[in-house]
Amino acid sequence: MPHDKLDRRGFLHCAGWTGAGALFLMNGGVAASVGLDAALAAPARRGRTRPFTFLQISDSHVGFDKAANPDARGTFVETVAKIRALPAKPDFILHTGDITHLSKEAEFADADAILGEAGIPVLHVPGEHDALDEGGGKAYLARYGKGTRGAGWYSFDHGGAHFIALNNVFNLRPGGLAHLGDEQIAWLKRDVAGLSSSTPIVVFAHIPLWTAYADWGWGTDDSLQALALLRRFGSVTVLNGHVHQVLQKVEGNIAFHSARSTAYPQPAPGSAPSPGPLKVPSGQLRSVLGIRTATLVPGRAPIALVDTPLA
Amino acid sequence: MPKLLLKHPRSYALAILLGLAPAPLALAAPAAAAPARVQAVQIRNFAFVPAVVTVAPGTTVTWTNSDDDPHTIVATNKAFRSSALDGGDTFSFTFNTPGAFQYFCSLHPHMVGKIVVKAP
Repeated sequence: MPHDKLDRRGFLHCAGWTGAGALFLMNGGVAASVGLDAALAAPARRGRTRPFTFLQISDSHVGFDKAANPDARGTFVETVAKIRALPAKPDFILHTGDITHLSKEAEFADADAILGEAGIPVLHVPGEHDALDEGGGKAYLARYGKGTRGAGWYSFDHGGAHFIALNNVFNLRPGGLAHLGDEQIAWLKRDVAGLSSSTPIVVFAHIPLWTAYADWGWGTDDSLQALALLRRFGSVTVLNGHVHQVLQKVEGNIAFHSARSTAYPQPAPGSAPSPGPLKVPSGQLRSVLGIRTATLVPGRAPIALVDTPLA
Repeated sequence: MPKLLLKHPRSYALAILLGLAPAPLALAAPAAAAPARVQAVQIRNFAFVPAVVTVAPGTTVTWTNSDDDPHTIVATNKAFRSSALDGGDTFSFTFNTPGAFQYFCSLHPHMVGKIVVKAP
């Protein structure tokens, strides 16, 4: 993998950007896309020297209408409007799960219609709220699983970085945390086997891949097996949702980042009797909904993140 | 006058009006002698309350979700499984077979509970 050089002009331009979601800035590099290459072919290919950006949004919970946010759809629409208003168009959006609240077909369709307004491709991983149909996730896979492996996991290359989408919400087991499963971990091993250790890695999954708070199930029981496969890489960024707040942890070359929701906040670990939706005064809601800006410079870890409220 | 247990007092009144003897009605409703066994379990603050309950065979257990987040009730041995219960929704299952039935919430697997079914 060639060493990516930072385009300073592009960096300064994008570093001033303060929109919704996580913004990653990378130099062009070699776009040897595999897997979801077709989905990513939509944005215009840029030259090697121009940076590209992408966003992370999470936990839109379309269909949620309880006291913590009676109009979760509305705040999701606001988020997409913010994305549309960005001065620099990102190449794609990563949605880190819980697209819907109850996995209803109408909720998926509504979420897709809202996201379609962003005008850029959206890549998904499922949240546990997206696997509540009778088939335990079949509805999600029918809609988003095309071209993926196993229960919806996949990877692709873009701009010199390798993106890995993991599913840790299907077939959750009693008494514990989220779960990746042997089949997915075996696939991950094969997936990264041929990569140079200088390749920037971005992993995205719904539930944290580190134990953020075991009492509330905020962790993945077999994540260490997956992370062991990634420790040789110089820069690994793990993006997740699920906890509806910004939590971060750095462990060697691996940086974990939980994103805010676009629907409602959840309490800080252990600060409430349960992790249920947190009702804040209505005037404060948008100050706790998801906005993150991140800058990733290949060859320079860790990435810089800026979290900004929806309003 | 024999002691009667009638499910529907109105039927009893009707029987009197029609001049029927009450005895045949008592024979018509023998099941009413055994009261229906029910047990409630609340889902509150991401926990089953009570987490462990002991019931007699034939008891219908009803779970009520009092949270603002959906939950499910899934037997570890797959004997029963609810759909997602949104806030205020209920799920009922009648336990006829003695034994211990462990269950959990498939959305929040740290939520676990147990129904112990045994004759009183």
